Amino acid sequence: MPLPRLILCLDVAGGRVVKGVRFQDLRDVGDPVALGAAYSDAGADELVFLDVKATVEGRATLLELVRRVADRLTIPFAVGGGVRSVEDAEALLRAGADKVAVNSAALERPELISELAERLGSQAVIVAIDAAGGEVYTRAGTRPTGRRAVDWAGECEARGAGEILLTSIDADGTREGYDLELTRAVAEAVSVPVIASGGAGEARHVAEALEVAQAALLASIVHENPARLAGLRMELREMGVQLRDAA
Amino acid sequence: MTRVAICDYGAGNVRSVSAAFARLGADVLVTASPDDVLGADLAVLPGVGSAATAMAALEARGIDQALRERVAAGKSTLGICLGLQLAFEESEEDGGVPGLGLLPGRAVRLRAARVPRMGWAVVEPGGEAFYFAHSYAAESPAATARSEGVVAEARSGSFLGVQFHPEKSGAAGARYLKRCLSRA
Repeated sequence: MPLPRLILCLDVAGGRVVKGVRFQDLRDVGDPVALGAAYSDAGADELVFLDVKATVEGRATLLELVRRVADRLTIPFAVGGGVRSVEDAEALLRAGADKVAVNSAALERPELISELAERLGSQAVIVAIDAAGGEVYTRAGTRPTGRRAVDWAGECEARGAGEILLTSIDADGTREGYDLELTRAVAEAVSVPVIASGGAGEARHVAEALEVAQAALLASIVHENPARLAGLRMELREMGVQLRDAA
Repeated sequence: MTRVAICDYGAGNVRSVSAAFARLGADVLVTASPDDVLGADLAVLPGVGSAATAMAALEARGIDQALRERVAAGKSTLGICLGLQLAFEESEEDGGVPGLGLLPGRAVRLRAARVPRMGWAVVEPGGEAFYFAHSYAAESPAATARSEGVVAEARSGSFLGVQFHPEKSGAAGARYLKRCLSRA
């Protein structure tokens, strides 16, 4: 099995990194390329750029951002937010993204996953699942779907998803640790890699998540501060987590 | 300046590969023209996605023939990921696809705990980690490096293929591509 991965998530809007509470009151916190490059230098294994507004008008700005990232960065990155068709995904990959992440659009029309996998290959297709109490939620975690996360993850894999990005709405923002029970259940239900997300408050939480999942998504724990990522990596390595030697 | 032709046939992360070589100071040309591919000091065949679609796209543009001519003439050629898998005699993907025949062996479905095999993994010899993202892997007598038992690099004559993505493998990847450039 490849080494466990630390994946840094950057929320973007209008070509900038933004920060806000539940996507409200967005505050500009920097340039995505500069921050992405700094994370890469600090040892990030991979990045995810999440277009938190995902408006049709913002699409050209997003594609331009993806081109700038691809020209500068030397680690893989995914782009999520607003991917509703194979054409959307192809445009992002042509601009230099390695993967796309889909969420609500896949719940509305699961065939989208099969179409993406067929055209781009499974390795380029992440399905993001937001879950609370074991149930899948849609529309940025606001609407219950009545589907169990383990069942939906299984269907995503059967349709060709290459990775599952699993966010626990219950744990998200608590800083009390990842939802290990949910993550374990999903990781046992599928044989594609699982990325755990939501709840990281300290290094120990990340180490626990990497025992059950193949990667951990990091957002607020590093506070847009690459030095914190470098420190976190060092702590994790001291705990015996086999992260790559990024030198 | 080393002239690098990157095959653009609609099935690869051409932009990242081109940016990686440009950073190393190469004169990079992204092209679908067989003449450009034939004439460059180093030709690069990137590739992601399905073997059948990619092979058909190479044949439709005549790039397959240009690659065979290059290798027959002893000119440096690098295949990345699917670009390695297409170089074999065949791939078992999509019910069986004949490959370019530049390397002995075949691409077979990966038998691993989790597929796609995704992430950074150590390559031996060398001991450095590179980024992998694949569901098929090589079975070949031309293997020159392995990662967790999986063929990571194979070469025959002037063709060199890698299963990992050097253009996505940070500093280790840049060093690898630099060595490819200096040999071209």
